[in-house]
Amino acid sequence: MIPGTFSYHRPASVAEAINLLSTFGEEARPLAGGHSLIPMMKLRLATPGHLIDLHGVAGLTGIRRDDDKIVIGAMTTQQQLLASNEIRTALPILQEAAALIADPQVRYRGTLGGNVANGDPGNDMPALMLTLGATYRLEGPNGARNVAAGEFYQGAYFTALEPGEILTSITIPAPAAGHGYAYEKLKRKVGDYATAAAAVVLTMADGKVASCAIGLTNLHETPLLATDAANVVISTGLDAATLKQAAAAAEAIMSPAADARGPVEYRKHVGGVMVMRALQRAAGRAR
Amino acid sequence: MAKTRISMKVNGTEVEGLVEPRTLLVHFIRENLQLTGTHIGCETTHCGACTVDIEGMSVKSCTMFAVQADGSEITTIEGMANADGSLSPLQEGFRMMHGLQCGYCTPGMIMRAHRLLKENPAPTEEEIRQGIAGNICRCTGYQNIVKAIQYAAAKLNGVEFKEAAE
Repeated sequence: MIPGTFSYHRPASVAEAINLLSTFGEEARPLAGGHSLIPMMKLRLATPGHLIDLHGVAGLTGIRRDDDKIVIGAMTTQQQLLASNEIRTALPILQEAAALIADPQVRYRGTLGGNVANGDPGNDMPALMLTLGATYRLEGPNGARNVAAGEFYQGAYFTALEPGEILTSITIPAPAAGHGYAYEKLKRKVGDYATAAAAVVLTMADGKVASCAIGLTNLHETPLLATDAANVVISTGLDAATLKQAAAAAEAIMSPAADARGPVEYRKHVGGVMVMRALQRAAGRAR
Repeated sequence: MAKTRISMKVNGTEVEGLVEPRTLLVHFIRENLQLTGTHIGCETTHCGACTVDIEGMSVKSCTMFAVQADGSEITTIEGMANADGSLSPLQEGFRMMHGLQCGYCTPGMIMRAHRLLKENPAPTEEEIRQGIAGNICRCTGYQNIVKAIQYAAAKLNGVEFKEAAE
């Protein structure tokens, strides 16, 4: 369980990190929290010749309010999200999800940027980013660009990141005050990826759903935005028949892999259940 | 592969060593520093036996490279006793409450509980269970580990420890 040999680099700036990534090309991998990459390296499923550790790069951590948006540095850890008053107030769904990721030790190291940029369908934060309408700031040899989370994921471990680019920050529009939210995750045990999970952010007016977004984790090779399911619940009071319709609309776009977490039909079924539970819990929290 | 010179403060003592970049922190601690209290259990980031305290974080030292700890301050189980060598409240709690059987997970459990109590000096039972969710014990069923941490919390807070009725 010892990784193959590699050269270790600890750049101090984004420019230096991009330069190293460009110089070493396919041989290089950026290292954030390392709790996906280092286990893969120990199994020799990843064998980078150059590791570009981003822990020394200035300006990649922190959470700040920018008008009606929250900007989160890519190297901000899950633990820092959990401890942040800004996140607790503006984006409580991130704390609900972060607390369900891995275990305390992993959360001290694991970063939001690593979680969303890795492209692992099992990661929890990408579906939340779709639900919240987040934008990723990518910086590379040709400058910086902003990519919507909805356009970032192309396949399992395939993303819009170009060679030499790194994710530097995530910008999330603050949901309306009084919004309801929930992240429902079914997992076999602490530390496991989701068998199925659903994120819901909604607003209510006069007992009816006024706006709604639903994201799905680990039910496809990329995170999904369940737009049809969200449309089903608009202007309803989330009665039992509507919830079932929403679950069915969400299940229609799911295509999970059959694995140790269960066969396809089971995972789709519980995916629908997660959608119904998340809708109900979110509505209960909305003011 | 070229070796890198690293230095860090471990249990209050400045140490240094020559490591390959791929050397895991747990191997540096056990083999270079000969501090074998930190255990290697699963080597896959699941079991928590290798947990150490780095700069205010509980970290699984099998999932961090030693070069990444260059310049940092680390506490291992060897640094947990009181200055006079007597048992710290957590160590005493594990002894008094029978918080271990084979003892393999104990260093990781104590290091994790140490950080948990620093952040949350009076945790509920549920918070303790969530707080040690990254540490696996195959002997105790966790019951007495939870009690040991409750014992330590009470002692650190200067209140009497009362065992909950079962």
